Amino acid sequence: MLTYTIRRLLVAIPTLLFIALAIFMLLELAPGDPMAQVPLTVPPEVKEAMRQALGLGEPVHIRFWKWLVQFFYIEPLRLIDYVLGTGIVEGQQRIISWQTRSSVMDIVAQRMPQTLWVVGMSYVVGVLIALPIGIISAYRQYSVFDQVGTFVCMVGYSVPPFFTGVVVIVIFSVQLGWLPSIYDTTLVVDSWSSFVQQLAQMIMPVMVLALQTTAQISRFMRASMLDNLHQDYVRTARAKGMNEPVVVMVHVLRNSMIPVVTVIALGVPAVFGGAIITEQIFKVNGIGQLLITSIQANDLPMVQTLTFIFAILIVVFNLIADVLYGVLDPRIRYD
Amino acid sequence: MTDMTDLTAQDEADQYRPPRNQWLDVWDQFSTHKGALVGLGFFVLILLGVTFGAYLWAIDATYIDIRARNQGPSWEHPFGTDQLGRDTLARMIKGGQTSISVGMTAMALSLFLGTAIGVVAGYSKKFDGLLMRFTDLFLALPLLPLLLVIIMLFRDRLRTVFGPEEGIFILIVVVIGITSWMHTARIVRGDVLALKEREFVLAARSIGTPSRRMVTRHILPNVLSPIMVSATLGIANAIITESALSFLGLGFPSDFPTWGRLLFDSTAYLQQYPERVMWPGLAISLTVLSVNYIGDGLRDALDPRIRGR
Amino acid sequence: MILRYTLLGIAAAVALAPTAFAAERGRDGKVNIIYWQAPSIMNPYLSGGTKELEAASLVIEPLARYNQDGALVPWLVDTVPTVENGGVSADLTQITWKLKGGLKWSDGTPVTSEDVKFSWEYCTAEGGGCAQSEKYIDVTSVDTPDAQTVVVNFGVAKPFPYGPFVGAQAPIIQKAQFANCMGPKAPECTDANFNPIGTGPFTVTEFKPNDVITLTANDNYREAGKPAFKTVNFKGGGDALAAGRAVLETGEYDYAWNLQLAPEVLTEMEAAGKGKNVATFGTSVERILVNQTDVSSALGDERGTAAHPHPILTDINVRKALSLAIDRKLLVEIGYGDFGRLTCNVLPAPAAFNSSGNDACLVQDIAGANALLDGAGWARGGDGVRAKNGVRLSVLYQTSTNAVRQDFQALIKQWWQEIGVETELRNINASVFFGSDPGSPDTFQKFFADIEMFTNNFDGTDPETYMAGWACDQAPRPETQWQGNNIPRFCSPEYDKLVVEMSTTGDINERARLAKAMNDILMQEYVIIPLVHRGRNAAHANSLGGVVLNVWDSELWNIADWYRIK
Repeated sequence: MLTYTIRRLLVAIPTLLFIALAIFMLLELAPGDPMAQVPLTVPPEVKEAMRQALGLGEPVHIRFWKWLVQFFYIEPLRLIDYVLGTGIVEGQQRIISWQTRSSVMDIVAQRMPQTLWVVGMSYVVGVLIALPIGIISAYRQYSVFDQVGTFVCMVGYSVPPFFTGVVVIVIFSVQLGWLPSIYDTTLVVDSWSSFVQQLAQMIMPVMVLALQTTAQISRFMRASMLDNLHQDYVRTARAKGMNEPVVVMVHVLRNSMIPVVTVIALGVPAVFGGAIITEQIFKVNGIGQLLITSIQANDLPMVQTLTFIFAILIVVFNLIADVLYGVLDPRIRYD
Repeated sequence: MTDMTDLTAQDEADQYRPPRNQWLDVWDQFSTHKGALVGLGFFVLILLGVTFGAYLWAIDATYIDIRARNQGPSWEHPFGTDQLGRDTLARMIKGGQTSISVGMTAMALSLFLGTAIGVVAGYSKKFDGLLMRFTDLFLALPLLPLLLVIIMLFRDRLRTVFGPEEGIFILIVVVIGITSWMHTARIVRGDVLALKEREFVLAARSIGTPSRRMVTRHILPNVLSPIMVSATLGIANAIITESALSFLGLGFPSDFPTWGRLLFDSTAYLQQYPERVMWPGLAISLTVLSVNYIGDGLRDALDPRIRGR
Repeated sequence: MILRYTLLGIAAAVALAPTAFAAERGRDGKVNIIYWQAPSIMNPYLSGGTKELEAASLVIEPLARYNQDGALVPWLVDTVPTVENGGVSADLTQITWKLKGGLKWSDGTPVTSEDVKFSWEYCTAEGGGCAQSEKYIDVTSVDTPDAQTVVVNFGVAKPFPYGPFVGAQAPIIQKAQFANCMGPKAPECTDANFNPIGTGPFTVTEFKPNDVITLTANDNYREAGKPAFKTVNFKGGGDALAAGRAVLETGEYDYAWNLQLAPEVLTEMEAAGKGKNVATFGTSVERILVNQTDVSSALGDERGTAAHPHPILTDINVRKALSLAIDRKLLVEIGYGDFGRLTCNVLPAPAAFNSSGNDACLVQDIAGANALLDGAGWARGGDGVRAKNGVRLSVLYQTSTNAVRQDFQALIKQWWQEIGVETELRNINASVFFGSDPGSPDTFQKFFADIEMFTNNFDGTDPETYMAGWACDQAPRPETQWQGNNIPRFCSPEYDKLVVEMSTTGDINERARLAKAMNDILMQEYVIIPLVHRGRNAAHANSLGGVVLNVWDSELWNIADWYRIK
């Protein structure tokens, strides 16, 4: 398994370079213009001068090379400088966003707290609710619990967050006035009251997002459990006199986890990707909002960097999933 | 569905009745599943409604009767009218045709791609690395620029070949299909990796079963349940994605109703006319629910271990 | 309606004035502003976007700016220079500004004429890509005879010399802060770009790009007792609906900008009693452009060029019929309500430039349009669509993605159907539509469609450049990388003659006559079909006083006068 992991990590390097190139070419090809949001009253010559100032006049391969150097060399060293207080890459050009003319990495770091609080938390909550629902639904197939769970999950999954988000805002913010409809990213949690405030502004986006996660994962959990509950080894285990919790929670669960682990691992990078619609509705302004505003403004360095970090996470978490397969089912061998 | 179970089933059957088609058995099992029957009934009803509804309800979905705007349910307009006075029932029927056909076709395409890639990657070590890195690539590509590029490159060509509506339909189905197969592929591959080490696969291989037959007879039936779940979630996904596309100006023309678009448009009027948001929301949920129950029933019916009992 | 709002604003300002002197700066605590598009930078010279311009106007200011009526008011100076008061030279090539005495930057250092001169140098520096360089066009030099006096010299006679240092687009920045940020180095000065030192009522304490800006009152602000608010929370993000809700329904925010929502939604929200809608009008007109060139994709590289006239839309009867079939009153009512007005002109304001020669368009006339087409030989076919010589009256109608525009498209499609014109609708993502990527077929300037719809306006109050945009040589074409303002590719020698005449005319009445004549040509040729004179709207909490909405400058131009009604 170790050699497999190392081999996969080595393969990941050319893969990621290829992905970076693919993303770059895609963004290059996509129609769009960083000047699209500039008012129509600004004359075309001025817009052209602004484009030149952004470096758009340079050929594609030079811009790609510059980005590679900045991402793989300058930014990591910059982080080391920041942590150790040294000045190795002082004054070297970092990745600069076209919209804000400031470092992309600084903005990403600024967006992490609210993204993790809201999107990350919703994912944890979603998974924690989904697993028990999936297990019980499968074990008690066609019971009232299963039927209600299925109903809620499927309805929850079929109504998109742009609808559920607005519904909860109308109910809890407009009608009842209990919760704020706008997320305050400047809030510093340093006391009990600010913690309560943080909870109040988090609860709606977290629950709206968790509904989607729960629906998806609990369905896979249930289906996979159902497959395994009727297998011969379950009958054998029961015949050997094992008690029911051990049979279900140890044997069946472990064997049912493979699709669930896949889905969960696929979801973790998405946490970093943020939740575009939900962030927009609750004005959370996390990574998702950053990505969509950058795409709309055609802020290529920002989009490229965000998607590439996303790609790294995808590659890493898919590798983790593959390693976990081997742990869950020792018969799976890659070597 | 393996050969062995078929044999035992036939042994018993021979004593009582003439041999019968395997699919009849599947149907028998399916029809004992109450939820599945109700789901199927509902789904057929929705299909009939959106297909033939337009003949019974003669109002044109795009006809604007500006004096009748923002009306509640009445005999003239059973579902009310929208902000321009278009009849909501007619729009629901027309929108259903598009949404269901987009949902089903895009789901089928994504399922086909996902299953094929997942099975091949899981089953053959040779292609695993390449196919999974390909999947990683697709997962990593930013969706919106990808859509913009696809639409820029192909919209006009498809429009001249197939006409404006069919061209956009093909484009949307393909776009949704090729951007949503990755989850299915990863899930199926994971299951196949575990399955191919199981004893029955080893047994089948030891008697010289060729790879194609291995996959279709032994592997595929055993990964059916995650595929069914993907299918159910996929329809909901496709219907909602379609609405997001037309909202971004990448989908059907704006006067072309779809359920997702109706839901999106009426969300702005949630407080003023709450009933307006109910119809598309209900239609999408019921469709997805009925497909879910059909999927449940099918899964049970296709599983010989359950069917035998 | 608008007059009422303006009067209210003035009344509020007058009511406040006596108390303002006695009152203490920062007495009213915090004001919450929400912009559903978030500002990404605080330096308007590096971003032409309206949201950045308005956010920056809290901190940095010009020498003079426009008030709510479009009139120039002195801001960092005591008087606006004119030829009469000797501030502008008789040959119109020199303007002399005198700074107010005792002006200080927020860091306490004095504001001098060097800073003003530097602002010009900063924006015109090579390689800086300054978004506002148009404001400084024709400036040959800026002299600073003393610390208070700025003399701007133009290379040509400028009948309207108020481009440099006037309005939210051309504010004064501090030389000391930006001296090392000239030209290509501009983006490196992140701190300065996010936290400029200014003369305005507020200073930035924290800037989170595309998210939120926290500002506090400027201790060195020139007017005692102002601003009334101690801090500003300037939140961005979300959508117009959510922003409107936060001000009008939940009362979490005090001011929301640019609420492009259905009028009935706004009215309903206002009924919650927490805030009110305000609107005011500038020069924006939602218009339909009628393409004069053939855009069939079979033409390859010559698609959309003057070499191939449009097969149907070059017939003026068709264009006129398209205009006659539109019910503008209904469009205003459905799409804009109180923040839309009827107009039959592409140049609806200022009042002196507004022609009354085209008012017939205010009444929808489907029968008239049908008769016109019948008379022109366009006969209805079996499917109800008219045709002549085998060419069907079928058009592709594109616009940007926006709920109101899609409703307009649906309505207009139906009216055109009634006169036998078949319409295919298309909506395009705004970032593509308004972009000018020469590789994209979907930009508004390329106009690879028969009909398109969007809004445009002009800066300030003088329409010369705006009207000159429809001269023949302004047509976008491959040689100009598809740039140019004559998007319908309209070409009339008569019109071009008027353009030339206007550029050499100084007399204001004569200029108005020329502008009206040009407007009338465009209207009577029906290459531009005006739909709605669009206002700008906003919503503010009932407890927020002193708001005077202004379309000619930054909306937040008078935030120093805002206060909390107790």
